[in-house]
Amino acid sequence: MTTESGFHDSVYDEDLLGGDASHWAFGTSFEDPLAGVDTTIPDGVDPEELAAYCLMLGDDALIYSHRLSEWCSRAPDLEEDIALANIALDLLGQARLLLARAAAASPAVVPAMPEGSPVPPEDALAFFRPDAQFRSTRLVEPDNGDFAVTIVRLLLFSTWRLALLERLASSRDQVLAAIAAKGVKEVTYHRDYAGRWFLTLAQGTDESRSRLLAALPPVFAFHEELFTDHPVETSVAAAGVGVAPSDVAAEVAVILEQVFSVSGVERHDVPQIGPVAGGTGRDGRHTEALSHLLAEMQSVARAHPLGVW
Amino acid sequence: MTATESLEKQFDETIARNDRIEPRDWMPEKYRKTLIRQVAQHAHSEIIGMQPEGNWITRAPSLRRKAILLAKVQDEAGHGLYLYSACETLGVSRRELTELLIEGQQKYSSIFNYPTLSYADVGTIGWLVDGAAICNQVPLCRTSYGPYGRSMIRICKEESFHQRQGFELLATMMRGTDEQRAMVQESVDRFWWPALMMFGPPDADSPNTEQSMAWGIKRDTNDELRQKFVDMTVPQAEALGVTLPDPSLVWNEERGHHDFGQPDWDEFMRVVKGGGPCNAQRIAHRRHAHEDGAWVREAATAFAAKGASA
Repeated sequence: MTTESGFHDSVYDEDLLGGDASHWAFGTSFEDPLAGVDTTIPDGVDPEELAAYCLMLGDDALIYSHRLSEWCSRAPDLEEDIALANIALDLLGQARLLLARAAAASPAVVPAMPEGSPVPPEDALAFFRPDAQFRSTRLVEPDNGDFAVTIVRLLLFSTWRLALLERLASSRDQVLAAIAAKGVKEVTYHRDYAGRWFLTLAQGTDESRSRLLAALPPVFAFHEELFTDHPVETSVAAAGVGVAPSDVAAEVAVILEQVFSVSGVERHDVPQIGPVAGGTGRDGRHTEALSHLLAEMQSVARAHPLGVW
Repeated sequence: MTATESLEKQFDETIARNDRIEPRDWMPEKYRKTLIRQVAQHAHSEIIGMQPEGNWITRAPSLRRKAILLAKVQDEAGHGLYLYSACETLGVSRRELTELLIEGQQKYSSIFNYPTLSYADVGTIGWLVDGAAICNQVPLCRTSYGPYGRSMIRICKEESFHQRQGFELLATMMRGTDEQRAMVQESVDRFWWPALMMFGPPDADSPNTEQSMAWGIKRDTNDELRQKFVDMTVPQAEALGVTLPDPSLVWNEERGHHDFGQPDWDEFMRVVKGGGPCNAQRIAHRRHAHEDGAWVREAATAFAAKGASA
């Protein structure tokens, strides 16, 4: 076997200041999920409502991605560190497309930036919106807890989101349909990952089983909120561009029942977290955790509103 | 000739031909031990190295930068995984190695004992620290031990992406505001000397170099690699518009290389011995992750055992 492959010299030879764009990790060679997609807003759809709906789905992905990214360098093993980062990256990608769609549908949703600011709409929405304007569901906001809480939340979130995206893939809005089609492939893996760990923890050791059971009430306390239709969701569903969460409640229940049953875990009703002054996450009424999360996430961007990154 | 002598002769001939030693081949015990020390130290560096950059994932100032940084730190975990696997072919488990790390019995690259104090550090680590790592690692693609060399080929490809993303971040920030340019310069000022230390002490003070060169584990001396790095970096700094904080840095026409100053080797020894700004913090972080995850790993092992017996 020869040890002179010729490759190693090429690392030095590579021109760092220019050279072949395909060598960039995040170059232009990635497939654009929106290539060739019709971006006009379908007839009979209120652009404000479409934007609000995209923010709901986008904020869920953004905030949950942020939480999952907090596992990085802290996971139980390297394989889990890599897998959780993958899931966070998938959701971050979905968030970027959805926030960009919201901004395109209704530029009024994008916070005003100082004159000359190069901050693109997706970043203005992520980093310069106050907490009360976020429309994420409260499930995704609290701290990660231990690995059992993380897995239970990932199972509930990805089962719910996959059901939504599967229907959304036939949205009349071609952009949402394309984003959903891409998301279905990703979230199918997320749900599978969570389901396999749910079973493993349930059947592993006494400790893992008791931690799993202890993780169910705090996560499933947000169950009702996930399936309660917000007026915007009802309206975009009626217009054929969105999905009313109540429509997927039955199929989500069937999937969860399968996972619980194969794992030998009984599902009990747990007290549900109620609304605040009649509103929930979709209305901008959040958990206490969200403003802490945003204070951290937005700190560098807000210190440099004219900065370019 | 005894059996051992005959095996030694074959081993030496393989090394002399620049061929690879493979896991099932006979190897001198000292070669095995030296390799375990070096590959484990490299694996630990990848894993501990996730922390300084990981420190900024939750504060990345744009969604694109957040995705790039998370993917990059994830790559480091992947590198750690390949290298622990390469090390396992020498008869030592990932768990044993992790325990040696958190007990302080095995080392990792001292550069990670410096803190990351601004977002510009993400770029500087990519440009200077990954750049120095590439200079160290490219020759290891030709190292004599097969699994290590093959891991290094893949790792070097990814590291060259990482270096470019770091450079690209800094170049973008240099086109931004005055505050951003000041952040970049301040970060380069902090990381320049620690980056030069990454090549290890001067050759005259490097006790292991000679044997490692003879065995083909190491291919270039510390000072040769340091020179290569300086020569590579100076034009990049000019293109970027930053100043390297070394008044004695100057092109030497006669040598065809840059002359440059020496890092503070007392500081280097202090950090190596545990007295750097973040030594205790980095190990405590790794220890927490390892201990907090023990019940999960035990659950996975127990579940797999049930499947095997079912």
